[in-house]
Amino acid sequence: MSAVSADYIARIEGTCGAESDIIVVLKFDKKDQALEKLLKNATLKNQIADMIYNFTYKEHVFRFYASGRIIFKGIKDKQTLNKLIDSLLL
Amino acid sequence: MVDFYENNNANVHRGVHALSLEATEMYEKSREQVAQFINAKDVSEIIFTRGTTEAMNFVAYSWGLNNLQKDDEILVSLMEHHSNIVPWEIISKIRGFKINYVNTNPNGTLNIKDFENKLTSKTKLVCLNHISNVTGVVNDIKYLSKIVHDYGAIIIVDGAQSVPHMKVDVQDLDADFLAFSGHKMLGPTGIGVLYGKKVLLQQMEPFHGGGEMIKDVTFNFKNQQCITSWNELPWKFEAGTPNICGAIGLAAAIKYLNHINMSNIFAHEQTLTKYAINNLKNLNKITLYGPTDSNRCGIISFNITGFSSHDVALFCDSYGIAIRSGYHCAQPLHQILDLQSTARASFYFYNTVQEIRRFIEILQEL
Repeated sequence: MSAVSADYIARIEGTCGAESDIIVVLKFDKKDQALEKLLKNATLKNQIADMIYNFTYKEHVFRFYASGRIIFKGIKDKQTLNKLIDSLLL
Repeated sequence: MVDFYENNNANVHRGVHALSLEATEMYEKSREQVAQFINAKDVSEIIFTRGTTEAMNFVAYSWGLNNLQKDDEILVSLMEHHSNIVPWEIISKIRGFKINYVNTNPNGTLNIKDFENKLTSKTKLVCLNHISNVTGVVNDIKYLSKIVHDYGAIIIVDGAQSVPHMKVDVQDLDADFLAFSGHKMLGPTGIGVLYGKKVLLQQMEPFHGGGEMIKDVTFNFKNQQCITSWNELPWKFEAGTPNICGAIGLAAAIKYLNHINMSNIFAHEQTLTKYAINNLKNLNKITLYGPTDSNRCGIISFNITGFSSHDVALFCDSYGIAIRSGYHCAQPLHQILDLQSTARASFYFYNTVQEIRRFIEILQEL
């Protein structure tokens, strides 16, 4: 992950459960800027209750939560995740 | 706890100075309160641990390593938390005994027929939770412990979800061991309890070695060896400096729970659970797990079509509502119920019907 992307992120959490979702916790003061980047770089499919933003980027699906969390689905490895985050937040 | 650290902070059972004596008095008084809370016959049957997980490991290593062997069997339910499965799997690999797993019914309740079928004269131990941390199912420990004892086996009960929510009487249940955690009952983290019948604890070897748990460590100059003998119960099992303040905090929590009254707590949570289930089941995309009758407590696991449990938890978090998601450290139960993971709401006596109504309104937005 690049230093620019890392500047947006507080922590990355794996989850338990068969889905293997990955949750990226954004720094609180950077979450709005991060959302702007996502809106610019990815495709917004729909929005739920101003709380959830459903995005697609290439073959990837992810959700941004207004609380400053992004949940990525079906990411197999850390390298893919880092590359994806760089593409979305640069 | 603040008062202890400000005014009485010292190690217990060590010094003859005033602070140490005060700390010891407070620590041992806490043990008495725990014993009364679960109606233990003797205060020496209460061992302080770091929590339920350590208590389970305690029994596995201290009792299991010394009492289970190749041709023995133990019975573990598939609705257990990992802390009541993994220690037995580890010890089984060392001692070579067999673990038989008891199935659940499709609604998550214990399959009693399977339980009775798998209980044999070879069974030495049964490991069972009082309340499932996934489905909220309440197991009839009193009934089951009678069957277990009829076969000459003993029963260890995971009380992590029951002791905070209902009146638990270890003598009435006739549990041989019972474990629970302080942090699930308004107490601090890092403190828990193992209750064990005195006759069993007396026969057991120490789990940890070190200071305080010994009576003598005598060096034999001729053999160049140390001969050790153990302290009395319960100190034989509390090596090193214990979590003194944690025990005092747990006792304060118990005092508060007693003030509210465990019967009132149980009744209030039953009301909340009934209200939640009756209203949640009307939501379009929701699937609830566990029985819908009254034989459950305030733990409700569910899924919402089109969202992973983590999505649901993150969505609720956006509104300041904290729920769990994932396996809840009970992966085998999720496997037999064919679930990827579940979202889980759990209630305590401080929750209100209004809060549950708000929770349901929020879920409706998904």
